[in-house]
Amino acid sequence: MRIQKIKQSGIAVVGLLALTAGSVFGQSMSDVEKAAKERGLSTQDLLAAAKTYTPTGMKDEYVIFSSGGHSGQVFVIGVPSMRILRTIAVFTPEPWQGWGYGVGDDILDAGNVSGKENRWGDTHHPALSETDGDYDGEWLFINDKANARIAVIDLRDFETKQIVKNPLFINDHGGAFVPPNTEYIFETAQYNVPWGAEYAPMSEYKENFRGAVTMWKFDRKKGRIDMDKSFAVELPPYWQDIADAGKLESDGFFFLNSINTELATGGFGVEGAKNPPFEAGVSMNATDYLHIIDWKKAEKVFQAGKFTNIKDFPVISLQDAIAEGILHVTPEPRSPHGVDVAPKGDFVVVSGKLDPHTTIYSVEKIKKAIATKNYSGKDEFGVPVLDFDSVMEAQVEVGLGPLHTQFGPDGYAYTSLFLDSAVARWTLGGDYGNLNPEPDWTLVQKTPVQYNIGHLGAAEGDTVDPDGKYLVAYNKWSVDRFIHTGPLLPQNFQLLDISKQGTEMPVIYDMPMGIGEPHYAQIIKADKLHPWSVYPEIGWDPMTQAVDPWAPRPKMERVERKGEHEVEVFMTSVRSHFTPEHVTVKQGDKVTWRITNTERAIDATHGFSIPVYNITLSLEAGETAKIEFIADTPGTFPFYCTEFCSALHLEMMGYLMVEPAE
Amino acid sequence: MPSFIEHIVGPRVDQSDLKQHSIKYGTPGFLLLIARVMLLVSLFVPFWHMELVAPQYPENLHLTAYVNHLAGDVAEIDSLNHYIGMRPLGEAAQIERSIGVYVMIGFVLMLELASWIHSRWAVLLILPVLLFPAVFLVDLHLWMSHFGLNLDPDAPLSNSIDPFVPPVLGTGMVGQFKTVASPGLGMILSVIASFTMIVALFFHRRAYLPLLKSKKGS
Repeated sequence: MRIQKIKQSGIAVVGLLALTAGSVFGQSMSDVEKAAKERGLSTQDLLAAAKTYTPTGMKDEYVIFSSGGHSGQVFVIGVPSMRILRTIAVFTPEPWQGWGYGVGDDILDAGNVSGKENRWGDTHHPALSETDGDYDGEWLFINDKANARIAVIDLRDFETKQIVKNPLFINDHGGAFVPPNTEYIFETAQYNVPWGAEYAPMSEYKENFRGAVTMWKFDRKKGRIDMDKSFAVELPPYWQDIADAGKLESDGFFFLNSINTELATGGFGVEGAKNPPFEAGVSMNATDYLHIIDWKKAEKVFQAGKFTNIKDFPVISLQDAIAEGILHVTPEPRSPHGVDVAPKGDFVVVSGKLDPHTTIYSVEKIKKAIATKNYSGKDEFGVPVLDFDSVMEAQVEVGLGPLHTQFGPDGYAYTSLFLDSAVARWTLGGDYGNLNPEPDWTLVQKTPVQYNIGHLGAAEGDTVDPDGKYLVAYNKWSVDRFIHTGPLLPQNFQLLDISKQGTEMPVIYDMPMGIGEPHYAQIIKADKLHPWSVYPEIGWDPMTQAVDPWAPRPKMERVERKGEHEVEVFMTSVRSHFTPEHVTVKQGDKVTWRITNTERAIDATHGFSIPVYNITLSLEAGETAKIEFIADTPGTFPFYCTEFCSALHLEMMGYLMVEPAE
Repeated sequence: MPSFIEHIVGPRVDQSDLKQHSIKYGTPGFLLLIARVMLLVSLFVPFWHMELVAPQYPENLHLTAYVNHLAGDVAEIDSLNHYIGMRPLGEAAQIERSIGVYVMIGFVLMLELASWIHSRWAVLLILPVLLFPAVFLVDLHLWMSHFGLNLDPDAPLSNSIDPFVPPVLGTGMVGQFKTVASPGLGMILSVIASFTMIVALFFHRRAYLPLLKSKKGS
């Protein structure tokens, strides 16, 4: 009775406050109703707006790091506002960030394939660095499916620091994934080729084509992949697909699924060929193989020197992987896509695209089956196959076309359903059983999404400590959701409110994604990120994350002739001028041009661009950059600041004069 | 003791009198001790603040003057000032800042000395210390006038801004910037110290004037 009264008076106080606040601005709920009516918004819409609308100055609670698909980039998006905060140039040159037009070229070149310049990538799976299985907000890794490359991004300045090319394969999908303490970055091949993508006829598929998982050693102190401590484990030439690292109970394991255990080689459409197309050929077997890799064992075998160098890269052979107990497989529903480890590391969830069930494996049972050698047989390459019934924990019918699974804090799992165009919420059993009211291993709710969902991401939903609250459906098609922009339509990122248990799980925001075609994305609590607002000191080189002793400083600007055909420029930029403003060189000179932005104010970025010479830089406050070019074209070239930096921004320019050779 | 020194340091107090009236004779010295402590503390804390408020600086720009250095967004303020042709802040009051600490220590010693002098000559030692906060503000004003009124005519925006002098305390306007100047803890302490000195002088007079008169009388 008393509590009721307190509650009532509490409500009255809140109401009064709301009224007072409204009346200060001369607004009331009737104005809200009127505006809603004019736009045809329902109460549900208004509620969704209240949950997502982010007025000026209010900051987001979570940050999405989304792959950019074949834009070759990473997108950074705020949640719940679903506003793009910025893009990060990775495999693709990007002029605004000055990536690949004078700066970053060395890093991009490291991703060249067989000496050929490759200036795009197909980013698929970002992986935030982890400490004890939880995001630590320090590093981000992402793969390029098209050319089998991995990139390292430093989250102090959100810039790409390294690109490594896999020497063994040319295509990857199971990357980037990291173990709970980010000792390695895993990358697995997808469309198999002979080692190093050398030529071999398709008729020799089984003999010459190879699968592999590469374990890139991450040196956290240096912030770089250590090539000398990296190695690969050879796998059968199935198409290894997505992967996930074990954690807690499954720490030390790495799970990846596969398609095409049929070893189909396609050939459809070729005259005289009898093979079915790949789409049928790889879907013939009722089951494919979930690969279970003991990566800690693999590390020991590598360190013991039990490997051969292939393409100058250490590889543990398939025979040794089998003999040393590194590799086991077990049947999984055919043509699977996602394999996801539950928060406690005790279950592994696999979804076969063509099976309406998700299949849940018990890590405890897997360990037992390995220990007791409970095999149902061996595959045609001699890999021991763990008996399916002895490792399977449960199967849950979730709907058509299940792909990927994420987790909440309350014993719920969320699976994307491509064919049903929906997100399924279902319950885990085991230790998670008491966290929600529904019975174990049961479908709870299916929320339709628009349309054709691929991946999905729950807030910190693949860590040991999922947050729940928000889930984003990364939909491939938007069809009728947005104004048509010609035949190429944006994808649709849909935000779902998953904060309530049970069947309530509404879509509360649609975000058109009109750049690239994102795949996976991870969602991190914003307060875990600690980026720099300006570079720590003037003369900062983002490539070394230290002050460059050569960085030009105020009062030391100059143009210095070093030799008959060599000129060095030491330049500074500050609102609103470059020093020096005239740079005169001779045709044919090799020009080394250093430039420092001496600003200390937040957001005081200067651009620097030279026409004809294809140079454009972004110099953030404190940053220094070095560009080199041969002044082979004589002429008069105004260089200017490309960022609208100040009221006198237009005046921030100068001239590069290249005197013609006689 | 030569008589002129005796004349300056004033009459000494008898031991018995001192014991009997320890509060009366001790008060001026104790108050000057408090003033010295406050002046010493003021060396380490800001003396003066200026806040520059403009739309594109949501957290405002800050300038803080200590007795011996400037702190805050000096680089940013300098970089903005170059548009209107104002010289860098570091060029202002260089001598004052370089001797500030020694002057302050000198002040402390002068107060120390003053508490041993029982004549009106004590005023001569206390007065410069007492006036210090006022002198600081006047000096600051002169520098700001000097800088604000002598803008480089060749500066980018020299045509669009008239010479100006922002108030050393209170609010002013320069371009899109509102300037809000306020005393820092150091200045507040030194003003309190000045008042303490005035009170000390009052008690000084009450304790030693009768003594002086009686000495003269005898």
